[in-house]
Amino acid sequence: MEERGMNERIRHLRKVSMETPAHIDLERAKIETEVYKEYEDKVSLPVLRALVLKEYFSRKTLYLGEGELIVGEKGRDPQASPTFPELCCHTVEDMHIMNDRKLVSFKVTEQDIKDQEEIIIPYWQGKSMRDRLLARMTPEWRDCYGAGMFTEFMEQRGPGHTCGGKNVFAKGYMEYKEDIQDAIDHLDFMNDPEALDKREELEAMKIDCDAVCILGKRYHDLIAAEADKCTDPARKAELLQMVKNLEVVPAYKPQTYWQAIQHYWFTHLAVTTELNPWDAFSPGRLDQHLNPFYEADVQAGRLNDSQALELLECLWVKFNNQPAPVKVGVTLKESGTYTDFANINTGGVAEDGSDGVNRVSYLILDCMDEMKLVQPNSNVQISKKTPQKFLKRACEIARKGWGQPAFYNTDEIIQELLNAGKSLEDARQGGSSGCVETGCWGNEAYILTGYLNIPKIFQLTLHNGYDEVSGKQIGLALGNAEDFKTWDELWDAFRTQLEYIVEIKIRGNNVIERLYAEYMPAPCLSIVTNDCIKKGRDYNAGGARYNTNYIQGVGIGTVTDSLAAVKYNVYDKKKFTMHELMEATDHNFEGYDDIYHLVSEKTPKYGNDDDYADDIMKDAFALFRDTITGRPNMKGGTYRVDMLPTTCHVYFGSVIGATPNGRLANKPVSEGISPEKHADTHGPTAVIKSCAKMDHISTGGTLLNQKFTPSALAGEKGLDNLAGLIRSYFAMDGHHIQFNVIDRQTLLDAQAHPDEYRDLIVRVAGYSDYFRNLDKELQDEVINRTEQSFA
Amino acid sequence: MHEITNIQKYSIHDGDGIRTTVFFKGCPLRCQWCHNPETQRYEAELSVDTKKCTGCGRCAARCPNGAITIAGGKAQTDRTKCTVCGVCTDACLLDLRTVTGKDYSVKELMKICTQDRIFYENSGGGVTLSGGEVMTMDQDYILRIAKELDYEGIPLNIDTCGEAPYEFFEQLLPYVDTWLYDIKVPDPEKHRKYTGRDNTRILENLKKLSDAGAKIYIRIPVVKEVNGDPDSIDAIIAILREKNIRAAQVNLLPYHNTGSHKYGKLGRDYPGKDFTAPDDEEMNQLAQQFRDAGFSPVTVGG
Repeated sequence: MEERGMNERIRHLRKVSMETPAHIDLERAKIETEVYKEYEDKVSLPVLRALVLKEYFSRKTLYLGEGELIVGEKGRDPQASPTFPELCCHTVEDMHIMNDRKLVSFKVTEQDIKDQEEIIIPYWQGKSMRDRLLARMTPEWRDCYGAGMFTEFMEQRGPGHTCGGKNVFAKGYMEYKEDIQDAIDHLDFMNDPEALDKREELEAMKIDCDAVCILGKRYHDLIAAEADKCTDPARKAELLQMVKNLEVVPAYKPQTYWQAIQHYWFTHLAVTTELNPWDAFSPGRLDQHLNPFYEADVQAGRLNDSQALELLECLWVKFNNQPAPVKVGVTLKESGTYTDFANINTGGVAEDGSDGVNRVSYLILDCMDEMKLVQPNSNVQISKKTPQKFLKRACEIARKGWGQPAFYNTDEIIQELLNAGKSLEDARQGGSSGCVETGCWGNEAYILTGYLNIPKIFQLTLHNGYDEVSGKQIGLALGNAEDFKTWDELWDAFRTQLEYIVEIKIRGNNVIERLYAEYMPAPCLSIVTNDCIKKGRDYNAGGARYNTNYIQGVGIGTVTDSLAAVKYNVYDKKKFTMHELMEATDHNFEGYDDIYHLVSEKTPKYGNDDDYADDIMKDAFALFRDTITGRPNMKGGTYRVDMLPTTCHVYFGSVIGATPNGRLANKPVSEGISPEKHADTHGPTAVIKSCAKMDHISTGGTLLNQKFTPSALAGEKGLDNLAGLIRSYFAMDGHHIQFNVIDRQTLLDAQAHPDEYRDLIVRVAGYSDYFRNLDKELQDEVINRTEQSFA
Repeated sequence: MHEITNIQKYSIHDGDGIRTTVFFKGCPLRCQWCHNPETQRYEAELSVDTKKCTGCGRCAARCPNGAITIAGGKAQTDRTKCTVCGVCTDACLLDLRTVTGKDYSVKELMKICTQDRIFYENSGGGVTLSGGEVMTMDQDYILRIAKELDYEGIPLNIDTCGEAPYEFFEQLLPYVDTWLYDIKVPDPEKHRKYTGRDNTRILENLKKLSDAGAKIYIRIPVVKEVNGDPDSIDAIIAILREKNIRAAQVNLLPYHNTGSHKYGKLGRDYPGKDFTAPDDEEMNQLAQQFRDAGFSPVTVGG
């Protein structure tokens, strides 16, 4: 394995993080079960939840790794994965699958299985949130869910997916405790019918403040004892400084850069341990938060850049040490693991709107370049004011081809947030978390509720509401494809079908949202999120200043091209009849070569800057957006849309038959807002132009992947052009773009499977061509040249 | 004549920034190393990829001229009977048959050339008219495109071999941002041997353009067996000095054989089979010769 890191210490820590196998850790689950057995029905639910955290932090196994400068793990050691039986409870079979599966396994011991069987399962079966919410869903919801019309985010994880704002760095937990007490003191028991509930919530927050401080104190004592024993003077001095740090944080506001990082890490552990907030919490605008500490320390002569970088690299290792909690059931079988979706945004603008790039921003770029870790997911925000030097440094890392940093458009994000009713000041502190979801960090609960399979809704429209894959009547019976005599009739049916499915989804969401508000408050996350303390209300119950729910649209490229294939060939050009098209798709195009050729090669497609197809994309997107945006959620906020798939486009494709655009049965649908595979044939500028025709500002985030060969990005000129491409997309209000650089391995694969890579264009020297069009010898030459670095 | 074989977006090797390059069809030279043989003849041509042909016969059945027969499991095209009508191109389910060369009205071409304006403006790019030899196209047409681009504020590059009447250069001069001017072989006879014509007019035009104050990037396709040696490069430098050519850039473009497969599709043989490119080190040494002679910047590759 490649050794990376600025020095011996970091290389060692990174190595431990990379080479330790992920393993299950039942300590949290067992302590939680004990607390529930003792206190359930005796205390309020918020207090019960807080007692779990306090008890766990009081008793959990502590870990102090060799050479660590930042301390704390969610479980007993690096790569330990605590479980959350209150959300979803693993069966014994699940435990075996996670241990045995080839892809990414989680080690499970015999004792773990025994504990799960004897302690965890008997208590939590039927009581987990998964059991509770699935029991309350309607038959229509179940049919849709089972058929892959949509997914449900809260079925195995809590709501969350958020980032800490400046609050995390502004106060210590003893100081927050005073704020909370003050809020309790001001409760109006004479007039406010919710005063009692508020007091319970606030008391729970106070218990959580104690919990975090207890963890800090235990580490303080552990490190002090270690320092006593330590004979290496250099390490001893470090340990003593860490003891001093822990005399300040997490109880009090951090005073130095080092303390600030440690303080954040305790907060991270507390938020991601009290509940599993969709695997995600992040310091968000880390460079903005750390820069004041950095500047003060440098001024005082306490810190130099090398030390500052080392502490960042220590933090990066900490993120990488936390595998995401393991799934259950089918999801466990089908998905590999991944680490937390901790998405750090570097750059952007400051609160006053000035350029936010500072010295820490550049250190973070150096850190991500050096560490090359999937977690934290390190990305940049680019505004009109961002210096070209910063953008180009980020491009330099991006063209190495491992996907980071992705690029977010600050100016567009601010417009998204303003359009959703946020204040300018709050909007400027926001960013994109998780994958690309926009939020007002520290001020907003923005909950992703599930992916919507838009191409499948169109398939239902063509089949009278009947789902060919599950064999059930899922949608409304509005007629068969042949019954729609005009494009407008077809479109109206598509609209009605979409509205019907969305309402099934949202009705389910509302129930789930109330269940979480009642059973799964998150008092610790509530402490650091405005205005939960002031309102005396939990993050999961509408306590945040802003409360937004998202439904994420998947497959816009596939549905656009399918709509275009019907409109162009059946209604406009009359190349074949609807009946013929339906026969062709029902037979997965086998024996229908002419129709297949026409729809896959001779029909306008999204991604080519062709208004025929792109106008259909705009209409389809607007239909999806307007069906959802503005609907009320159960926390006093509203619904909005995102356009992102994570890896769901593969699952959604697997439950759809052949589509009119020539996509064969069970193949993935298009990803993010990218064109359908093979559909874009006019290069990156045409893709970007097409994508920019979507009204990004009216969403909460869109995702665009762009592929390049190294030669297209080589040299200083390649860097300038890449920067120019990003500036152009952002000038057109694109939300996000990330780059995949095609490596040698991909080209070899493309040579072996040319049909899978029909859209792969290679630029060799004076001209470009499709890779599949080149002779074998020539392909070999291109492959060999691709080895070249970006000299 | 102003047939176009290809319009390449995100073109990054034909001048500054992100560009759209328009390849015109037809060229007075026949450079043996040419990697765009489809741009040599002025008239539209049929390009056929027979390697992947399955011999299904759909093209033969549709050909109105009886030019296609199936033999040896593949479609064979009799180019003496073919009128390049294009009917067979729709018939082929594998899209192995294409007509190369298409007419665009000024309006149609301008629509495409303005689509990527935002990329030009954010990268210092624009439109490049290339070929083939754009300076031998219908002058009214090219002039109208140049004026339209000028009106739109889009910087225009002309990529030329220089073998055309100077009057046309003069007419275009006010509308062109940069001339990408090819210098191939210094010696006139050797030039004739490898390209079909000598370089007398090419060098005269270069001199006139330079004297008129045009911004010129000198571009040299470097073939090891033809001009990829220090003496040839010295000879080119001597010519540029003697004529007092002001070059804003010098680009050395190493030979590559990536166009060789296109000859077969057009029913022709590739004359440059034995050519090779100097290796990276040799290329850098040749570039250094230019730098030592005071040219700057000098790049390898576009």
